Amino acid sequence: MADKIATREAYGNALAEYGSDTKIVVFDADLSKSTKTDNFRKKYPERFFNMGIAEGNMMATAAGMASCGKIVFASTFAMFAAGRAFEQIRNSICYPKLNVKIGATHAGLSVGEDGASHQAIEDIAIMRAIPNMTVISPADAVETRYAVKAAIEHEGPVYLRLGRLSVPVIYDESNYKYELGKGITLSDGNDVTIISTGLMVHAALEAKALLREEGINARVIDIHTIKPIDGDIIVKAARETGVIVTAEEHNVIGGLGSAVAEVLSENYPVPLIRVGVKDKFGKSGKPDILLQMYGLTATDIAKEAKNALKKKVEK
Amino acid sequence: MKKAEIKDLKKYAVKIRKHIIDEVYSAASGHPGGSLSCTDILTALYFTEMRVDPKRPVWEDRDRFVLSKGHCSPALYAVLAERGFFPKEDLLTFRKADSYLEGHPSMKNVPGVDMSTGSLGQGISAAVGMAMAGKLDKKDYRVYAIVGDGELQEGEVWEAFMAAAHYKLDNLTVFLDYNGLQIDGNICDVMSPEPVADKFSAFCWNVLKTDGHNIEKIIESIGQAKDFKGRPTIIIAKTIKGKGVSYMENQAGWHGSAPNKEQRDQAMAELDKVLAELEVE
Repeated sequence: MADKIATREAYGNALAEYGSDTKIVVFDADLSKSTKTDNFRKKYPERFFNMGIAEGNMMATAAGMASCGKIVFASTFAMFAAGRAFEQIRNSICYPKLNVKIGATHAGLSVGEDGASHQAIEDIAIMRAIPNMTVISPADAVETRYAVKAAIEHEGPVYLRLGRLSVPVIYDESNYKYELGKGITLSDGNDVTIISTGLMVHAALEAKALLREEGINARVIDIHTIKPIDGDIIVKAARETGVIVTAEEHNVIGGLGSAVAEVLSENYPVPLIRVGVKDKFGKSGKPDILLQMYGLTATDIAKEAKNALKKKVEK
Repeated sequence: MKKAEIKDLKKYAVKIRKHIIDEVYSAASGHPGGSLSCTDILTALYFTEMRVDPKRPVWEDRDRFVLSKGHCSPALYAVLAERGFFPKEDLLTFRKADSYLEGHPSMKNVPGVDMSTGSLGQGISAAVGMAMAGKLDKKDYRVYAIVGDGELQEGEVWEAFMAAAHYKLDNLTVFLDYNGLQIDGNICDVMSPEPVADKFSAFCWNVLKTDGHNIEKIIESIGQAKDFKGRPTIIIAKTIKGKGVSYMENQAGWHGSAPNKEQRDQAMAELDKVLAELEVE
């Protein structure tokens, strides 16, 4: 088994790594030990600002600072970034298209024991509905590192969706290439396509192995940029495999599954099954147990892939 | 400041009030009451105190201004136009579909607008961010903002005030446009922010009070704020909603409604009379 690193950890490390550019400023809302922005603070204390437990103010303050030429990373839990500070992100950051990068950690059910109040399962839906916003949901530590680099290079607001839980490293540093807005075909296959994001990418790869045992050859795609979404890779998969399963640690309403459905229905309709949180709140528990309880495991993806195959229509 | 200069500022303030009436009249919508109440503050800022260059609206060493009560855009647009940031004729396109003069200020579209505002409470946070950037870059520019009295009911305002004091932003000066009225009536009946001066003191701000329609006193307060080190300054400016137009003064109903032709003509006649008096003084 490969190393396990939480994407929040990779985020903090990347900020420290790329933080030598004096334009980069990091804000946090009293969670720097958890969001790992503390890694940046240790190296560049003069450019780190704790804004206290006041997320709305933090976001609009970040906007003001960005208007003066800074690249501001504003970090807190996804719940309080996309949730509480939605309107500051919309009106003060996205409307004027300011250079604020929102580092939203602790997204999804895998927050674990803190329970439903802290488990953002709506953030992709909320953030991707805002004009000018780019939404990134990396699958592992390597992808996170390059997503942070891409966010720095991108002019305008970015929402980075990161996790608390340590997750397997999928990618190899030596040959990984991050391209904003481009999905990655991790494994080819022509029977069914599993389109996944975040920690569900690893589960999708495991599901592929399970399906292979039954003679089903699944394609696995990592959509690290949920907005703008890579329509080409999705349509190509629909055309070549005829059926799609999406997998995300997010409500099935408004997230990756919805984004894929939008692309398919407007361009190349094929049957689609969405694996995700079935429109209900999370709860306390160990992350792995929660992922099982809510149907977010490799077994669940494999099961839905087989259901999807039954729906397959020959074009 | 010389008497002649003060007279010029007063004339600018009247011209700006006339623009406000015409903007709102031509748009048949907008917010005249609060625009008229902050006119003298804006005039003092843009015509005496602020280091700005209309030819270089995004000059990085300029002083910044944030209209946190963004619905009073008619006043800000009028001041920017009179200061030369864009043609005065454009003011009559306010709120129209083919215009860049949005109902609430948009920094991407309007030369001289330093922050997009409109959703109450957020502008003051943005001003804090600008002042923090100034400190970080060791720049000597100053940041000014106007916050509405009703706007004090937004919790974010107090988060921002807390942060400004915490980071000792003495390069930030905020005016409270204290006209006492909001859409639903008297602010003290809707949701009282009193005692405001005590609250600002408790938030560790330097608190000044002034007459928000006396340009000399406004300028004096700005000078005191500039001289004060270690803390941000709030200038509580007592104002009159609708100031300068008799039938609008102290009427909450003129918060967000436009005058008809007859009302517009009356307002213009009143303001022209003041202008004529200033000419012969």
